Amino acid sequence: MTKKDIVRPRSLGARLSAKRRSPFAGFVVLLLGLLVSGGAYAALAPASADTSTTSQSAIEHGRQLFLVSCSSCHGQHGEGIVEQDGKTNYGPPLIGVGAADVDFQVGTGRMPLATPGQQAAAHPVTFTPQEIRDLAAFVATLGPGPAIPPKSAYDTQNATTEQIVKGGDFFRTNCTACHNFAGAGGALPEGKHAPALTQVSNKHIYEALIIGPQQMPVFSNQVIKPQEKRDIIAYLNSIRDMPKYGGSTLGSLGPVSEGLWAWVVGIGSLVAFAVWIASHTARSKKKGA
Amino acid sequence: MVAGISSNTRRAAKVEKTPKVAGVATWVDDRTGIATAAKSQIRKVFPDHWSFMLGEIALWSFVVLLLTGVFLTLWFKPSMGETVYDGSYANLKGIPMSDAYASTLNISFDVRGGLLMRQMHHWSAMLFIAAMFVHMMRVFFTGAFRKPREMNYMIGLLLLMLGILEGFAGYSLPDDLLSGTGLRIADGLIEAIPVVGSYLSFFLFGGEFPGDQIISRLYAVHILLIPGLLLALIGAHMLLLVYQKHTQWPGPGRTNDNVVGFPMLPVYAAKAGGFFFTVFGVTALMGGLLTINPIWMYGPYTPNQVTAGSQPDWYMGIAEGLLRAMPNWETHLAGFTISWNVLIPGVVVPGVLFTVMLLYPFIEAWITGDKREHHLLQRPRNAPTRTAFMVAMITLYGVLWAEGGNDILALVFHWNLNYITYTARGAVFILPVVAFIIARRWCISLQRQDQNRLLHGYESGIIMRSPEGAYAERHVPIGVNEAYELTARDRDPVVELPPEYDENGVRAPRSRAERLRARLSQFYFGNNIQKPTAEELEEAHEHAAHELEKASDGHQHLHGGDYTGDYELDGTAADGHQFDGRHYVDDEELRGH
Amino acid sequence: MPTGTDVAVPREGDTVIKAQTEADPIADPGLPPHVPRPTDVDERSEKRAERQVAALFGFSMVCAIGFCVAYFTLEIGDNPTVWLGYGASNVILGLSLGLALLSIGVGAIQWARKLMSDVEIVEHRHPIASNEESRTEAVAALSQGISDSGIGRRPLVRNTLIGAVGMLGLPVIVALRDLGPLPGSKLSHTVWRQGMRVVNDVAGTPITPDDLQIGQLVNGEPEVFFENKPDGEPKFEGTELLQAKAKAAVILVRMRPQDIHPAKGRENWGVEGILCYSKICTHVGCPISLWEQQTHHLLCPCHQSTFDLANNGKVIFGPAARPLPQLPLQVDSEGYLVAQSDFHEPVGPSFWERG
Repeated sequence: MTKKDIVRPRSLGARLSAKRRSPFAGFVVLLLGLLVSGGAYAALAPASADTSTTSQSAIEHGRQLFLVSCSSCHGQHGEGIVEQDGKTNYGPPLIGVGAADVDFQVGTGRMPLATPGQQAAAHPVTFTPQEIRDLAAFVATLGPGPAIPPKSAYDTQNATTEQIVKGGDFFRTNCTACHNFAGAGGALPEGKHAPALTQVSNKHIYEALIIGPQQMPVFSNQVIKPQEKRDIIAYLNSIRDMPKYGGSTLGSLGPVSEGLWAWVVGIGSLVAFAVWIASHTARSKKKGA
Repeated sequence: MVAGISSNTRRAAKVEKTPKVAGVATWVDDRTGIATAAKSQIRKVFPDHWSFMLGEIALWSFVVLLLTGVFLTLWFKPSMGETVYDGSYANLKGIPMSDAYASTLNISFDVRGGLLMRQMHHWSAMLFIAAMFVHMMRVFFTGAFRKPREMNYMIGLLLLMLGILEGFAGYSLPDDLLSGTGLRIADGLIEAIPVVGSYLSFFLFGGEFPGDQIISRLYAVHILLIPGLLLALIGAHMLLLVYQKHTQWPGPGRTNDNVVGFPMLPVYAAKAGGFFFTVFGVTALMGGLLTINPIWMYGPYTPNQVTAGSQPDWYMGIAEGLLRAMPNWETHLAGFTISWNVLIPGVVVPGVLFTVMLLYPFIEAWITGDKREHHLLQRPRNAPTRTAFMVAMITLYGVLWAEGGNDILALVFHWNLNYITYTARGAVFILPVVAFIIARRWCISLQRQDQNRLLHGYESGIIMRSPEGAYAERHVPIGVNEAYELTARDRDPVVELPPEYDENGVRAPRSRAERLRARLSQFYFGNNIQKPTAEELEEAHEHAAHELEKASDGHQHLHGGDYTGDYELDGTAADGHQFDGRHYVDDEELRGH
Repeated sequence: MPTGTDVAVPREGDTVIKAQTEADPIADPGLPPHVPRPTDVDERSEKRAERQVAALFGFSMVCAIGFCVAYFTLEIGDNPTVWLGYGASNVILGLSLGLALLSIGVGAIQWARKLMSDVEIVEHRHPIASNEESRTEAVAALSQGISDSGIGRRPLVRNTLIGAVGMLGLPVIVALRDLGPLPGSKLSHTVWRQGMRVVNDVAGTPITPDDLQIGQLVNGEPEVFFENKPDGEPKFEGTELLQAKAKAAVILVRMRPQDIHPAKGRENWGVEGILCYSKICTHVGCPISLWEQQTHHLLCPCHQSTFDLANNGKVIFGPAARPLPQLPLQVDSEGYLVAQSDFHEPVGPSFWERG
């Protein structure tokens, strides 16, 4: 498995170096390959995440960002802030959550959170990709946690039909209960909800699976293997991209929206026809009833 | 003119006959003697009103269901035998599934037009039941269930129940994740039945849930048993309709003794036939443009998978809402379990609601003591308590319906799922009562408004200044046709208790039922506004004429629309801004009212 | 204001046919005169209406041909024709069929509205009931028949007949006996046994405690579902597999041990904060796996029963009455999670003899 992941970046490097003829290209590609394979390794072995490849200046930049944007809730050293009752967290500790968590929470705009509430929902992203990387690098230094997955972990370009089918089975077993059969989202207790997956990037789905953001459970790589995660993502992409065989999907929310359409469009239009059929034609403007 | 036409239905039919038609007709009649029955039916009169066509939507949807259903049976395999899918839908290739599900996928992806037929079948099922509901509400609101139509009303309710069962059976056939979840819930309901629950479940499923029998059994029920019953009952429903003739709205020339409208041939043949094609066409458009039950997205049923938003079709929404709103009561008694949390919403409440609806015509007839035949419809406002009762029922239904989709409401509107349920638990008891009170007050206000129109005419928009300088709006009497329409109704029979002591001072025995009936009657009709008597009407008009005379200088002539009645008021003037009280305005157009 | 008390209430036995009192308070002015439509008097507008109807019927023909063309030209199957992201076959077939039908419908209705006679016809109603004579005759015939049969005079025959027909109900019921086996104790047991591994659903891989992180959810199955018999056939397949799954599906969740409040006797049912619960809702049996890792609540997507998994599966919301059954866990010699035993109570919905 690990071998395979390391092979992929190399072939990517080969393609890149063929296009770019700069003398530094080979070196850059090699560096990139090392970075990515390091990341892949980190993803597979989250307990011993390696941050040595990230430069100290990036971490320092991340720390500055953290102090400005995150520390008011999560504490200056990411230790979290406990409410006065001593039990609940104002902001949870971030020690050991890993770079993947930061990349997910900040990369989907869930963080920074304007007001604490039941659920942090996705919003427009406030940070640049570079800032997110630096922030993630800093949080990763607080304690070992899952790293940002390499692209190879969630790239579903070459997924086979068999893998997609398998992913569908995993999806229906593990995901549809909350996220609905089409990934359209579902309701959770007390005003929370499982978000729709249709607009979420491959990377963020992968990250969500390994970190278990907010109420979502963790699906560790030991139980749902990285390949199986990729299959799930491939299935999601396939149902998103496939033609709408039966016409408009009505939000893929199931029979409730279908019932609404039956009444509003079906009964509505047929009653309108009935009114037309029974209405009198032009001359009867002085109709009694 | 009217009288001339009324008796010529037979003659007209003969005139239309061409020799060719006569030849065929003779051939058939020689063998069936059908002319006796046909002569009055061919030109049978149906009254024209949009609300009389709601049942037709249901009828035509049923025909669409039969047609599309037959198409689907050509490919559907009602078997729970396991197969490995190898059809065109790539995302399920190689997944083990039942034949039923695989053949449904086959219909959807490998039979041209199959998906269209499946979607049309499903849409028309939704429309079928919805149209029956709307039709039932129309019948209820207008009092069309009164004698002699109680039986047809009951047949209609049976049709509704059977339609819902039929729909549920069909929903379960494809054996996808959603339909399997529905069956799982049905199994849970059956198991909750005291004493015999688990036995019934095992017999129904041919063993432990899900077994390998339920699809083929439901198939027989879905395509043979219930459609047969539906057909027979629809036949009875239509026969009674033809025999009893359709009800009509009261109006000039439209009485309890006649029916005014257009003949079956050609007008209703064209209108109803055209409506069939319309219903069919709308269903086809919906089937083509709107996805319904995308079974390929749900996957095959396995008991360890479920999807968010697992819902029944809309007509089971009330049962779903009841299940969701019910508190978790369960009794453990002497080693046995009574699941009130399932029994009450699953059996008791639907049973009670259905029984109340079924018996309603008799309950109302008992309260009114009315044994007469009714062929004229009542406006909903003229039966305020009945109307309010139905509004309360609709409200109850609506609350439970919404609760049945509480997760979707929570998701779409970002509401709190738990609060929706808490609210529904209260609203189920409070809102119907509130709706009842509001609807009844509303109806009575509308009655009062009608009464005002009758007695004092309509507001003309003309402001009159009296010599003293006071301003008043002039009211103009309504036309006689409208006045007739407003008064073509019964006075409500409020039952009074017989006097406690008769003229000899002997105490009359009054049964409890009698007292209850008097109280109910008072509750039903006590607050209604009764139409004025002829004397009251005359008095009111005289009074109005007097008022007008006082206000104007007596040269004008009132002309109120199509008003040509016998209470024409002399010496007054009418209408709109052009009126100045001094000019003759007979030729002026009256503003529309 | 009249209250209606002056109206005599018809009593039982009254045969009042008319529900409408004449001229109360206004006499029936009679049907208003017929006013002709433009199409009745104006030949041009009549022709126009005729053309409209014919055009609609003609359009229907075009659509019907369009349907046939679409049927043969638009691909379905594994390489379907796609049109604006929609499955072209279904959409075009539906559109063409719908418009073909709709045009016939609209055309026919327009024909009736514009061109057919719209003079209203009056048909008289006759009382629904038969006349008194027929009724008397029918009742007489009925009494004659009943008395001829002697059913009233021969109670022995009558009663035995009622008994015989009633007894026929028994064969009807008995004949349905083979619809299914008796439940026995099937609802009370699952395939879980002592030492049976909990494996990941779909993949079938066994699980060690270390595989689970805090906040993790695993949809599990008993390992036996993935095992083969000596002859290579799976131990469970087809219906049997589904029946067993419907009771044996479980979820594994891992919480911080200090968050868990085990009931008496359940202290050693978990392994390092990993607990195993039945996946089948105790309400009406939906599989539940909507686990909120922070609140430790589990929500059923069907009727929203909510269970607190940190507190022995206690019901905290919704219609379910009983806590979610818990499967006692331990670790086998190879370090994998296994069941200590079967569930200690029946899983799934309540039933009468459950107790």
